[in-house]
Amino acid sequence: MSFKDTFLNGEQGLFKAGGLTPMQKLVLRFVVFGLLYYGIVVIEGMIMRIYQVEPISSIPSPQYFAILTAHPLVGIFGSTYSIVFGAFLFLVPFLMKKPLWSFKLANWTFILIASGTFVFWLSGFLSHYAPLYTLYWPLPADFSQFNPLGGTFFVAGIALVMTGTAFFVINVFKTITYTPDGWTKQPSGALLGSALGVTGLSNLFRKKDEQQEHLVPLPVAAIARGSIDTALNAGIILFTGVLILVYLIGHLLGFDLKNSAVDALLYKNWFWWGLDLIADGLVLIFVAGTWYLLATLITGKQLFMQNIARAALLVELVVSWTVWSHHLLSDQAQPNMLKIVSGELVTAFELITQGLAFFITLATLWSARPLKMTNPLKFLLGGLLGFALAVPAGIMQADIGLNRILHNTQWIVGPHVHVAILVGLTMTLYSAIYFLFPILTNGAKLYSQKLANFHFWAHLIGGIGMGAFMGMAGLKGMLRRTLYFNGEFNLYMILAAICGSLLLLAFLAFFYNIVMSVGIKGVIGIFTPSRLDKKELLPTEAK
Amino acid sequence: MVDSQVVLNGQTIAYTCYAIVMILLVGWFGFRVTRTGRGNKVSHALFYSFTGLLVVLGVSLHIITFNTIPWASMDINRDGIKPDKVFDISVENHQFRLPSEKLVVNVDDKVLFNVTSADLTYGFGLFRTDNSMLFQMQVVPGHRNDILWQFSKPGVYTIRSTEYSGPKGAAMILKDAVKVVAR
Repeated sequence: MSFKDTFLNGEQGLFKAGGLTPMQKLVLRFVVFGLLYYGIVVIEGMIMRIYQVEPISSIPSPQYFAILTAHPLVGIFGSTYSIVFGAFLFLVPFLMKKPLWSFKLANWTFILIASGTFVFWLSGFLSHYAPLYTLYWPLPADFSQFNPLGGTFFVAGIALVMTGTAFFVINVFKTITYTPDGWTKQPSGALLGSALGVTGLSNLFRKKDEQQEHLVPLPVAAIARGSIDTALNAGIILFTGVLILVYLIGHLLGFDLKNSAVDALLYKNWFWWGLDLIADGLVLIFVAGTWYLLATLITGKQLFMQNIARAALLVELVVSWTVWSHHLLSDQAQPNMLKIVSGELVTAFELITQGLAFFITLATLWSARPLKMTNPLKFLLGGLLGFALAVPAGIMQADIGLNRILHNTQWIVGPHVHVAILVGLTMTLYSAIYFLFPILTNGAKLYSQKLANFHFWAHLIGGIGMGAFMGMAGLKGMLRRTLYFNGEFNLYMILAAICGSLLLLAFLAFFYNIVMSVGIKGVIGIFTPSRLDKKELLPTEAK
Repeated sequence: MVDSQVVLNGQTIAYTCYAIVMILLVGWFGFRVTRTGRGNKVSHALFYSFTGLLVVLGVSLHIITFNTIPWASMDINRDGIKPDKVFDISVENHQFRLPSEKLVVNVDDKVLFNVTSADLTYGFGLFRTDNSMLFQMQVVPGHRNDILWQFSKPGVYTIRSTEYSGPKGAAMILKDAVKVVAR
């Protein structure tokens, strides 16, 4: 095929958008938007990397901080939520072998997350509303620095995303527990118990021949448990958003409320409690579940130590509710007991739960060797390595002694945050995308394996390298969330920017590879309505 | 008291060694998992030993740092320690207000920095002349924010806000505001 033919119709013309079910199209829409938002995040990241070397004269510093505010939110909500929710709305019914509870609700999840992300991103871009994702009180209501109208739209955009998130959670639990039309009555209570890990936990204390059957596959159990944190997080963010909106709208209407009416430390506690449900709950649980799923799909084998894995997911859920205080180790008014118990000791459990997931996944892969080094396998190993590097980095900073000299430095955001998200989480998602690609496209062929290889190495080296150089700058005292104007840390920032550009090149190679695989007509076709049954996950001939 | 730079150097060495070992381990695994070989089954004993190792590592880190990093225990017990000097500092409208233009302290003095904010959440950190951090804390409005520190050697330190407080916060720098002199 000529380049033009491939560009228009995809590799060997194999991808036919007209043959996709509504569910396949919906999932692919989630992925396309997730990748587009990821592209925006990478470009924003590069702008900030360059700005850290030399402030760009055409971008005033308020614009820089607006980018800094939008960057993680677009990354987590616009990109990661889109890809993860899309994949899970397909995988839950796929693994449960029954239709999704509500296609309509899933569609609304997509619309609300895609549009909500655009609304908060645009309002930040236009108005320079920049209280950061942390929203430390009373900064979101500081009208001497921020435009209240911009803030109102910003919060409204976040609220749209959270509403879409709530719809996702409802859909997941209803799909697990409901009885489809014409089926015999499903044991919804037992299904819920299995999904939440009660069965796995009780099996640990039963003899082998008395153990209860797991009604819900392990990856679905992980999705269910991560969804609890997702729901709680959405509740906290919505609650906080309403509080901020009251101040914003009050100011717009001409009466200013007293900022001191809200206790800044209490606010910080509840907000970090909610945020950590994403960072330490949702991410670790969803990722562990995805590792288990990929390991069993790649090997075709049972998961190593399945009951322990299920119980560890339950422990991780409880741990995720009680670790928030490690973000407040430098807050001197925070009670010491919370710092030690929640901030240090419970947080250390994350080393254990994530370490177990790491070991179980590797042991499952090992049991099936020799394996072919496919794209899903190599990206899965990259994801495992990412968390193996990032989690201990986080445990080190969750220490009263070390936090005193690490808090708010580039160490936190480099070796911990960016390595966890870019290498650990994103490479795990890429593994899932490469695995699901032929399933979701009814057998479309990847355009270029060489580009996939480049994608892997450039992303891995770029991600780890950027995190490492940011970390070195952090250990030399470089703060995050501020600007340096005299080139104090230029050596590290230039090296980090070079690694960041590798990440950008990796993404461009991947995006080009995918577009050439399905063709421009195929990409457009994803967004046209499907004539097939909404209850069907895959077309009949593909099953 | 041990200088915080010494602790950072120790952490750099420990984490760098760990990262190299982990990258090599996953690389080795990626190579070996594509090859045939005996012993595909992983023993439960190895799994439980690994779990035990994680527990030991998670707990021992905090015990070791609590007993080796001097400011950790001093921070927790600071209410019961009498400082040699107290500096009351206030912050408002992105400005630090010091009790005097320069804060002068003696080597080995225990100094309490008591910082209050009248509006936003800020940070309070001391930085060496090479921009490396000596220590920092958060400054939350409506609450007491105090840190006790013992300076181990003479030097000059810059005060800088270590928490984001809007775009104006990037300029919250008081160069060479703290001077530590030999007795």
